[in-house]
Amino acid sequence: MIIGITGLNASDNPGPGVAVIRCLREAFDNDLTIIGLSYESLEPGIYMQGIVDKTYQIPYPTAGTSALTERLEYIHEIEKLDMIIPNFDSELYNFIKIAPWLKSIGIKTFLPTHGQLASRDKINLAEFGKKYGFMVPPDKLINNIKDLQKAGEELGYPLVVKGKYYEAYVNYTPDLAQKSFHQLSAKWGLPVIAQQFIKGTEINIAGLADGKGNAISVIPMRKLYITDKGKAWAGVTIEDNELIELAQTFAAATKWSGGFELEIMRDADGDLYIMEINPRFPAWIYLSAGAGQNQPAALVKMAMGEEMGPFTEYTVGKMFIRYSWDHLVDIADFQQFSAFGELKLNNPN
Amino acid sequence: MKIKKNIATSENGFIFNPATGDSFSANHLASAILLSMKNGEEADHIKQNILEKYDVSRDQLERDWEDWLLQLKEANLLEV
Repeated sequence: MIIGITGLNASDNPGPGVAVIRCLREAFDNDLTIIGLSYESLEPGIYMQGIVDKTYQIPYPTAGTSALTERLEYIHEIEKLDMIIPNFDSELYNFIKIAPWLKSIGIKTFLPTHGQLASRDKINLAEFGKKYGFMVPPDKLINNIKDLQKAGEELGYPLVVKGKYYEAYVNYTPDLAQKSFHQLSAKWGLPVIAQQFIKGTEINIAGLADGKGNAISVIPMRKLYITDKGKAWAGVTIEDNELIELAQTFAAATKWSGGFELEIMRDADGDLYIMEINPRFPAWIYLSAGAGQNQPAALVKMAMGEEMGPFTEYTVGKMFIRYSWDHLVDIADFQQFSAFGELKLNNPN
Repeated sequence: MKIKKNIATSENGFIFNPATGDSFSANHLASAILLSMKNGEEADHIKQNILEKYDVSRDQLERDWEDWLLQLKEANLLEV
């Protein structure tokens, strides 16, 4: 089986690609070739032996679908891909759009629809909550400083200011909120989202749904160590039926297809607020394999036509602790990838 | 006052609440009391055992017991 995977940026704000690959390697062992699909030449996964077999550079999502299809056609001609698992929010629109074409040339995907993707978008999240009866903190779309001032008055401080695609900052004063607005709008574009701050315990849920209303797997994780970017650097699986039911309700209400992550805040009263819904596996997805529900492997099996019943058990108290590691790379490999947009590692596995 | 059923304890005093992901370290006496509570022993029985085993007055024990329950409540380890 030959699978193309994006999100190889295993950095301090990691993409899920490397974790997804670890899950697949664990499940399919030698019957697997991983083709990395990377946007930049410094994505660490490109150079990690035993993770990827070969990596190709692909055009940024802003280049559009024709540039993407052209590149994938070239890659497919050489590698004969069976499946692609995209792992970035920002690339999903294009991959969903070209999914029928991918299918026509024999490449499988297991993705949500454009409608599902848009409905859980940060800019539509409050409306999404209203529609399906989920608790979502009130928010405002911010296009300029006036909007931000108004949002601050209405939602109060601290105020969470979020980028359109990634990153969020908790701001305790209007000055800090303005700084975050400028920073995030410059990086991710407009609108920026201002969201009411909810104090509580951060819990994330990794899920996999079959597109027919069933959650095949649900793994709740309590963040134990959080980076300054709000990312979990350590976490532990927890046992909580309310969280599992929330994810099951999400899958049933939206008929979600594929991997997803619910970012939850549990406040002092025990209420569960959905802070964000990510339309893909999280970077900590390897924990799902460790806890006994290998979600990426199940996704591949479903894409290959296998019927998957819901997982019913997982290990509670399984922890992950992320670490940083200076991976040494020969400049020749970097040069090869930078100049030619392709790199085959010599000793995979 | 009952300890939540799913609370995991180990012999070395490590306590894990699987519902919240919180973990705590307890000293020898605290983990022994916790184990007794988990096994369903009545508070009076546990206190009597402590009085027999340790050099502590009943008044002091009662005060400490109240404090202990407060800590358990704060740590979300008690059945509501």
